[in-house]
Amino acid sequence: MSRRLGWFLAGGLLVALLLAGVVSNFASGSPDGLDYAARQGCTFNADDEITGGTCMLQQEGEHQMGDSPLAGYALRGIDNEFVATGLSGVLGVLVTFAVGGGLFWLVRRRAPR
Amino acid sequence: MDTTAMHIANGIVNGPVSMVFVVIAVAGLAVSVWRAKADLDDRLAPMAGLVAAFIFAVQMLNFQVLPGVSGHLLGGTLAVILVGPWVGSLCVATVLIVQCLLFADGGLTAIGLNVTNMALIGTAAAYLLVALLLRILPRTAGGLGVTAFIASIVGVVVASQGFVLEYALGGTTDLSLTGIAATMAGVHVLIGIGEGLIAATTVMTVARVRPDLVYALRRFRKPAPTEVEVPA
Repeated sequence: MSRRLGWFLAGGLLVALLLAGVVSNFASGSPDGLDYAARQGCTFNADDEITGGTCMLQQEGEHQMGDSPLAGYALRGIDNEFVATGLSGVLGVLVTFAVGGGLFWLVRRRAPR
Repeated sequence: MDTTAMHIANGIVNGPVSMVFVVIAVAGLAVSVWRAKADLDDRLAPMAGLVAAFIFAVQMLNFQVLPGVSGHLLGGTLAVILVGPWVGSLCVATVLIVQCLLFADGGLTAIGLNVTNMALIGTAAAYLLVALLLRILPRTAGGLGVTAFIASIVGVVVASQGFVLEYALGGTTDLSLTGIAATMAGVHVLIGIGEGLIAATTVMTVARVRPDLVYALRRFRKPAPTEVEVPA
């Protein structure tokens, strides 16, 4: 890998870490498009519990990985929401880069020499 | 960040249909791996890792599209332009698998649904648009930006209708399908505009800094005429 490409990757990774580690705390907390559609038809109380109606969300099951220390983009054991979200984001970026980059490196086409 | 789930959860679509889509997703990703090998060289492989990491980061950034409704980037268009359709679909799938296994976002049973919608259908739609638009538009940073913007809107709306199809086949509630289709399409046009702005900014930045790293500029263009020495 050339040194120029190395600098570009480092720069890009830094941007991703800042977005996931810091900017993520300023993201909207509203339900996203899919979640919004899943809530259509139900009524909710102040605690966001379903109080009536029919909607897709009622059928939502437990997540198999719900016990993951990173579940819900937080970090178990860290109560400060800002820190927990940021750290989980940083870990997610690093894991995704390592797993993705590693697998792509393994299946890459070797230059004939 | 209050919203902690952004992909299809377990139980929304029934088990048998979810399993069918696991098979479809695995088959689609297998084709992608097979075709991606031709593209992945020493330069594209680490770049693809960065694209996956970047998509993970930006997916955390929910932006408001309506009062009480947010959206986030799916990433297909960005990936197609920067690393090509095959590697790009694998980038989006990598993000979805990491989110499912580590962050409990997007049900494990529903992983086939999520991968099919975002990594396969959305990315394929974005690819068709990018390939088409880059034949018409100038191959400049600006042309790339316009391409990214339009392809994002189409890719996101098509991906959202993937969910509608899955729900039609195996939805677990008795709700009006046309209502769901209209809600999903309407909201995702707005989300697509947001994704388009993010994707356009990103690809234009890369195109200015390192145009040689933009797959779409290298591969979707006609090969530049090579200068041939004309014998006198």
